[in-house]
Amino acid sequence: MKRLSTFPKGGVHPPGRKHLAHSLPLQNASIPSLSIVPLSQHIGSPAECVVSVGDVVREGMLIGKPTGFVSVGIHSPVPGTVKELRRIHLPNGVQTDAVCIELAGEFDRLGKSQETVEWENMSAKELLDLFAQMGIVGMGGATFPTHVKFSPPKGSRVEFFVINGVECEPYLCADHRLMLEKIREIFEGLRVIRKILDPEQVLFAIEANKPDAIEAVMSYCRQNVLDVKVMPLHVKYPQGDEKQVLKALTGREVPSGGLPIDIGAVVSNVGTVNAIYEAVCLKKPLIERALTVSGGAVKNPANLKARIGTPVSQLLEECGGFSEMPEKIVMGGPMMGFTVLDLDTPVTKGTSGILALTGAEIRSANQTACISCGSCISVCPLGLNPRLLYKLVDHLDYGGAVEAGLMDCKECGCCGFVCPAHIPLVQGMRLGKRIHLKNRKKA
Amino acid sequence: MLFMKILWAFLSVGLLGAIFGIGLYVASRFFAVKKDERIQQVVEALPGLNCGACGFAGCESYAEAIVTAEDVALDLCKPGGADTAMKLGSIMGKEVEFSAEKLVAQVHCRGGKETAEYKFDYEGIEDCNAAMLLYGGAKKCPFGCLGLGSCIKVCPVDAIDYDEDGLVWVDRDLCISCGKCVDICPTGVMKMIPYGADVIVACNSTDKGGVVRKYCKVGCIGCAKCTRSSPDGGFVIENFLAHIDYSKKGERSAALADCPTKCIIRTVKEVKIEESAHPLEAVAAQDSHDAD
Repeated sequence: MKRLSTFPKGGVHPPGRKHLAHSLPLQNASIPSLSIVPLSQHIGSPAECVVSVGDVVREGMLIGKPTGFVSVGIHSPVPGTVKELRRIHLPNGVQTDAVCIELAGEFDRLGKSQETVEWENMSAKELLDLFAQMGIVGMGGATFPTHVKFSPPKGSRVEFFVINGVECEPYLCADHRLMLEKIREIFEGLRVIRKILDPEQVLFAIEANKPDAIEAVMSYCRQNVLDVKVMPLHVKYPQGDEKQVLKALTGREVPSGGLPIDIGAVVSNVGTVNAIYEAVCLKKPLIERALTVSGGAVKNPANLKARIGTPVSQLLEECGGFSEMPEKIVMGGPMMGFTVLDLDTPVTKGTSGILALTGAEIRSANQTACISCGSCISVCPLGLNPRLLYKLVDHLDYGGAVEAGLMDCKECGCCGFVCPAHIPLVQGMRLGKRIHLKNRKKA
Repeated sequence: MLFMKILWAFLSVGLLGAIFGIGLYVASRFFAVKKDERIQQVVEALPGLNCGACGFAGCESYAEAIVTAEDVALDLCKPGGADTAMKLGSIMGKEVEFSAEKLVAQVHCRGGKETAEYKFDYEGIEDCNAAMLLYGGAKKCPFGCLGLGSCIKVCPVDAIDYDEDGLVWVDRDLCISCGKCVDICPTGVMKMIPYGADVIVACNSTDKGGVVRKYCKVGCIGCAKCTRSSPDGGFVIENFLAHIDYSKKGERSAALADCPTKCIIRTVKEVKIEESAHPLEAVAAQDSHDAD
């Protein structure tokens, strides 16, 4: 048997726990009576609110217009009236204004058959503008505006376009379900992307723990005679990170501080490709996303298509509530996700899952002193020295930490996962990065 | 024979020494870098704390900048204050005006475990900025002191520590006004006040009174009672929070007594006499306090 490719350095094997939800089809989550729509759901400058309290909004109407190039539009997920503008905290530490919309009126789109729009005559530029207008961002979790990612610098050639269906985070199955249920849509979206980027080769990366998805994608490609290379990858976390995917697929390494385009590649999540299809072919802005509600404390785990702005509490209720008291509620995957402290926190464009974890699952313990065992160094997929970085940040030497590669850290959480002393290494990295960026802004 | 061996050793080492000595002399003579003597003088005039408050890497680089670049101000050294500025002026032969009163940092919050409401128990890095990333910190009040001591860590002279109530407090006599704690504080509760300030409004919350009441027992509710009790004290209510204009030198003790939430406090804590102490010792303590 041929060995599956993977990235060579580091990585961990956390328990997958995908069986809780991987066989459950995507269902529509119920519509929230009060949607809380943050204006900063993407990397870049926040959208500018264009509605005021009391305004009547329709489903999919623009409520936040993009400011600048690295910014995208925000749309109303539901029809209704704007009740208030609220300042909220998102779990990832962002503080942003949010538009609260009370459900009222009629849906323009929900439950109606959708007409597909002719898009072949649009130029690449028009398509990219459409992405920004429709609020398309990377749905893997980083929420980088897609039109920026798809605007490679002049002179660079896109050799590879990678559709990322790896989904290496434990518990999460939303991408898995999309690949099984929305395969036609994903490949329609790929046609749009081909028109914009004109890649020499298209690769479809899927982790080997999803054999049904691999089979589905492969047979679809065979039937439709598509020039797409399906690549099953070895199961290892963080295989789904774009740098790790590219290393596994092409053997090339994204340079420090660089982007995949520097090695001639662009990577997009399957969720993003699906969103591109909906935006271009159905003229539907990004107002809902697939996510997994799972974890040992959730009664009935599910894969849901939830509207942006749905409070976490409602989705948990929809899944039958808790079977036992959860120790921690996490937004995103258990490795990279953020703790949710307020159940009114809304689903954003980057929310790939909501997990209610039991005490046994999170393995909480008291922090002890570093014993210099080097475990964190051996698992870091980027070859960094997390122990040193943490130490430097702890001693307020942010400049030194940046020199030691702090900004290359992508907070995958491998180091914290293996640390026998339970040192909050990733939190240290996040803190160091945040302060470094703040200092740089000041200077 | 043995004697000759020893003699040779002495002679050869002595010769080598002489050659290197001459070499060093020649090098020091011909490769000498002319350095302005004033740099050394300036370094000696500076306090030598290397706190970085002037914006340079340390006292040495500030001294170099003063002497080599013409347009560097002489009053940047905050720990040194007026004295240092005058000394620098005399070294550089320039007139220096330094009228500003010495400023010291102080925490404008007294909300602790007993008085303030918390949203959750924070577990993680003992650092205010780290806690801030988690829904703005564990306290319900978004403006207050998070109490994890980032300022304590950053202070170059250990002027900041937890007081007997477990709250962060700056010792104004140790503070060198470098402002590092003000920079690192994520909520802005650490503010500079004049050294001679008698009282502070120990609250940073700009929420309305009713909201403050819900999350803190010792927060300023913006009732403006202080402005009436001590009309000359320089109290100003802005955004439901009392500020003190320290340029007004009026009486402030009436406001201190009347503040309903007791958020106006003295900057120098009263000497507490332990009641359980031996009566004689208590008297002695009282005497020495009176003698002061």
